[in-house]
Amino acid sequence: MRIEIDAVAKTYDHAPALHPVSLAIPSGALAALLGPSGSGKTTLLRILAGLEIPSSGRVLFDGVDAAGLGVQARRAGFVFQHYALFRHMTVFENVSYGLRARPRRTRPAEAEIARRVEGLLDLIRLPGIGGRYPAQLSGGQRQRVALARALAIEPRMLLLDEPFGALDAAVRRELRAGLRRIHDETGLTTVFVTHDQDEAMALADLVAVMSMGRIEQAAPPAELRARPRSPFVRAFLDAAATPGG
Amino acid sequence: MADAPALPRASATTEPAGVRIALTAAVALVAAVLLLAPLAAIFAEALRDGIAPALAAPFEPEAAAAIRLTLLVAAIVVPVNVAVGLAATWALARFDLRGKAFAISLIDLPFSVSPVVAGLALVLLYGANSSLGGWLAGHELRVIFALPGILLATVFVTFPFVAREVLPVMLEQGRAEEEAALTLGASGWRMFRTVTLPNIRWALLYGVLLCNARAMGEFGAVAVVSGRIRGETATLPVMIEMLWNEYLSAAAFALAALLALLALVTLGLKLALERRHAGALAAARRR
Repeated sequence: MRIEIDAVAKTYDHAPALHPVSLAIPSGALAALLGPSGSGKTTLLRILAGLEIPSSGRVLFDGVDAAGLGVQARRAGFVFQHYALFRHMTVFENVSYGLRARPRRTRPAEAEIARRVEGLLDLIRLPGIGGRYPAQLSGGQRQRVALARALAIEPRMLLLDEPFGALDAAVRRELRAGLRRIHDETGLTTVFVTHDQDEAMALADLVAVMSMGRIEQAAPPAELRARPRSPFVRAFLDAAATPGG
Repeated sequence: MADAPALPRASATTEPAGVRIALTAAVALVAAVLLLAPLAAIFAEALRDGIAPALAAPFEPEAAAAIRLTLLVAAIVVPVNVAVGLAATWALARFDLRGKAFAISLIDLPFSVSPVVAGLALVLLYGANSSLGGWLAGHELRVIFALPGILLATVFVTFPFVAREVLPVMLEQGRAEEEAALTLGASGWRMFRTVTLPNIRWALLYGVLLCNARAMGEFGAVAVVSGRIRGETATLPVMIEMLWNEYLSAAAFALAALLALLALVTLGLKLALERRHAGALAAARRR
């Protein structure tokens, strides 16, 4: 699904969080919103999911204005920064939540739900953990379960807020590869938010560098490196290239 | 033996054995003198003339009416407070309202106002001499010296229990799990039922039990608004005080023991539930 962000702005109590920003994400792309904290990248992601309402501007999904579309109707698979797994439910119950929440007409039968959850747990390479509770999982496992839960609703797009932020470096590298693989297998238009330049440049087809509520530049990684449009983009990307940075 | 080495400590945050024993003994002593002794005295006094008169006392017509009234009040007030308390908590925890801090301190108002004052305020507001009370009387609606007044007084006094227990839990949990439920397609009601409620259920249960105990035991505000009409508006605590004032101490203590028993049942219920769901409780506390 093609995502177009058309002059979207967001203001909280007269403090602008997003100046009008525009961005087009082609269908099937893996896009990164990259920037330091407070740059408005998470606000933009939440606007795509319908969790925030823009103060002005439009969001278009496949050319259709999403203004009247509530958060439930958007079918955006959202992975939260700290995963937000339902802690009183098992992994199976977590992953099947979205299927069971469907109206009876479109809700799959229990056997079909079980089959789909099995398939998703295979996809995230964690077969057989359906009976465990989130508290019994490692950080990396929780992240993957959150991804499976988001994929279970057969989303039209996948949105991830700092998906690897709370994990150590080794797990992070492994999960990066996992996200790329799942993106390529599902073909879902995917947008993730990160403050990590390496992560954005290594993983994404399209990187939007954000600062203080504006998109400084949006381009494929190679072009960003070759032709940074502003001193901020150059400095921000250079910081990553510095050893230890 | 003055130089004998101190017992090894289990950890840096554990006090030496002597301090531990002294503190534990002090707490046990205070608990025994202030909490257990009065309770034991009531049961002993109630049973002084044998078990038969104690068992008969609650079946005196006026006593039975008082018990029925008290149970009725609790049965109405507790659900009302759960509904209103949850709504207030939800609004305070989930919306960015102006004057939020003021509203939160307002929840505590019934705790800081003496129940007698609350009762008098209700009489002023709804009594026959007020314009509102006069209007109500014109429509054959009695509030003061009747059941509605007792309910209003009890709701006022017990209002903080549910909200106070649930609010910190709801604030601490934040919105992420609820937002996750919405993005997965859940309706607002389904989200509340399957995500919000399970996360606050222990705080809610605790609030309900405390609210129930206070609703049955409230004396001050109810004594003012009820008018103390025997067999009609006298609740169990009001009845006990009247019997005591009339030197009918055997009956007074028998009913007092019954009231204490109701409180103990509430406490027992809480313990039983906690034991039965110990696993779920531990899981909810782990992060």
